[in-house]
Amino acid sequence: MRHRMRRWAPALIVLSPSLLLLAVFVYGLIGWTVNLSLQDKHNARPAAGYVGPDNYTNLFTDDINDRFVHSLKNLGIFTVVFIGGAMLLGVLWAVLLERGVRGEGFFRAVYLFPMAVSFVASGVVWRWLMNAGTGDNAGGLNAVFNGLGLGFLENRWWTDPDWGMAAMAVPAIWQLAGYVMALFLAGFRGIPTELREAALMDGCSTFQLYRHVLFPQLTPVALSALIITGHMSMKMFDLIMSVSGPQYLTEVPAVYVWQTLLTNDQAKAAAISILLLIAVALVIVPYLIHVNRVEKRS
Amino acid sequence: MRTSTRMAGALATVCALLAGAACGTDDAGGDSKDVEVFTWWADGGEKAGLDGLVAAFGTDCAEYKFVNGAIAGGAGSNAKQVLASRLSQADPPDTFQAHAGAELIDYINAGQIEDLSDEYQQWGLTNAFPKGLIDNLTVDGKIYSVPANIHRANVLWSNKSVLTAAGISKDATTLDGFFADLEKLKAKGVTPLALGKDWTQLMLFEVVLISDLGPAQFTGLWNGQTPWDSPEVAKAIDDYARLLTYTNKDTRDTFDWTDAEKLLIDGKAGYQLMGDWEAADLDAKQFTGYAFSTFPGNGTTFQWLADSFVLPKDAKNTEGTKCWLKTVGSAAGQKAFNTKKGSIPARTDADSADYPSYQQAAMADWKTQTQVPSCAHGAACSQGWQGALGSAMGKFSSDGDKAALRTALVAAAKQFVGK
Repeated sequence: MRHRMRRWAPALIVLSPSLLLLAVFVYGLIGWTVNLSLQDKHNARPAAGYVGPDNYTNLFTDDINDRFVHSLKNLGIFTVVFIGGAMLLGVLWAVLLERGVRGEGFFRAVYLFPMAVSFVASGVVWRWLMNAGTGDNAGGLNAVFNGLGLGFLENRWWTDPDWGMAAMAVPAIWQLAGYVMALFLAGFRGIPTELREAALMDGCSTFQLYRHVLFPQLTPVALSALIITGHMSMKMFDLIMSVSGPQYLTEVPAVYVWQTLLTNDQAKAAAISILLLIAVALVIVPYLIHVNRVEKRS
Repeated sequence: MRTSTRMAGALATVCALLAGAACGTDDAGGDSKDVEVFTWWADGGEKAGLDGLVAAFGTDCAEYKFVNGAIAGGAGSNAKQVLASRLSQADPPDTFQAHAGAELIDYINAGQIEDLSDEYQQWGLTNAFPKGLIDNLTVDGKIYSVPANIHRANVLWSNKSVLTAAGISKDATTLDGFFADLEKLKAKGVTPLALGKDWTQLMLFEVVLISDLGPAQFTGLWNGQTPWDSPEVAKAIDDYARLLTYTNKDTRDTFDWTDAEKLLIDGKAGYQLMGDWEAADLDAKQFTGYAFSTFPGNGTTFQWLADSFVLPKDAKNTEGTKCWLKTVGSAAGQKAFNTKKGSIPARTDADSADYPSYQQAAMADWKTQTQVPSCAHGAACSQGWQGALGSAMGKFSSDGDKAALRTALVAAAKQFVGK
């Protein structure tokens, strides 16, 4: 026991500054937000006392236009479409490129490039591309479709009540599919060539090779890609703000937090933030546990 | 010794990082002659109006110095963010811009702005402003702000040549007459009524409410006198839904008011409802083929909104601020500001000869007509209420669910009346 202590003490002393900073600036602030979310706090007045979990329950029972539930639904749609689209495209590009086509470097750069653009800048461009005008008022993509005689492809994009949120995921897919591709490419490169050669010797078709030999090796990569895109989509704010602004139709929780803060209801905004934090944690924590286990095994 | 110098250096760095926090004792308040005026008027007619006001301030209050604290963007939402955080740190500007009326309730309840009733008596403002406005500015017997201008919200703008082509020669005065005209425009293949997103939709809904409820009942909606679940409000929802069928359905939720205005200028739309800042904007864009009338069915109702200035509780330079407020309320100050901004003075004693034609008409109406406040622009309701109604309008624009809109209207009134 004492021997153990002696090993820990210097480590603790060295670690203490960063532990202290973490405690104050990460966990302290989270605690402060939780504390705020349990009070009645409007404007710049001092808080008017504790109200228990009211700020949380009101989001589900007493929220005008059911904005919170609606924003969750929107987030669900956005997440599914965005992750689905980015993974599909990313994997497809990776498969096309991993076999070593000519000009691979060029294509890789082109696919990855959108990721270098800031969400706000690409949002402004996509706002123009996804202009809702149709027929004579068409702009952006709709004008292109009309010019090509593909009028039936015209779309109201993010102002369409049924498809609006799915359309919002298009710019996000455009930005991050290349990133998913890069992850998978790295994964393919990490698979020992012997495996591939052995499979081909045994007379595998290309399809079988990918299905039974290569893809199973990529499970950890796929998991990382899912987690990264998943938590990105949950916190999506800047892209949605620059394409559609704070519209009810395309509101997600992060935008709702900002709107609530603007109308001076800090406690409600804090409550939404905490729920969002819990949701993101539910995605990330199991992954961290899993990674820890894998590392221990190896 | 060496460590302590290093320590001091580190502290100085931390202080620099936490700029604005109270480090050391020398408060960077600067010269007490400064009057920091916080607005969101950063360009266009608004900036020109502010400059006019500053010039008047320079003559009336030569001993003080104007400091521009304007924050641009987001129709004031950026400025409101910064303001909220400054007020919560008890570091307010010497005066800030706020919509006159219910939007001030947040600040009054928070005890952040001072009562100006005595100054109103002293400066003779009680008689210079019309009674309807004074009543609306008064909260529990006290007045907290000095309005710089009045804008009118219930104005229907039209493209003259588009109307002529559709055979419309006279402005409709009833909603039924208006629907008949919209039908004629629809038959011509133009957008009958150009519309933009959330708050512009709220403006349209409000003028329909005025037509269906009349001014007295409409004002009552905002102070709890008129119920929101009445048959009259239900009729207004029906009429509003019918109006929406004549608008630019595809694009209305993406349009700002200027985009809708462009449809009007380009001859792609016949009508647009918008506040009277549209006159200044159309003139600036050198489009002359427009006409205007009060929204059909509003009769002699003047729906107003106003920008005003306040005296914050912890203002560093109270006397300087009072001099600024006095300038804002004075005849010279209101003239300098409004001739440039395209609004009209709140004072009833202004000489209309100084103003362009639209404003002359508005000034005559301001003196004689029934005044009702606007919620979309903060005169009738608080910021929270505006937000709730804005999203209710956005939702209705996409799903057309009348029952849900009614529920949302009733719930918002229950939650926000009086706060």
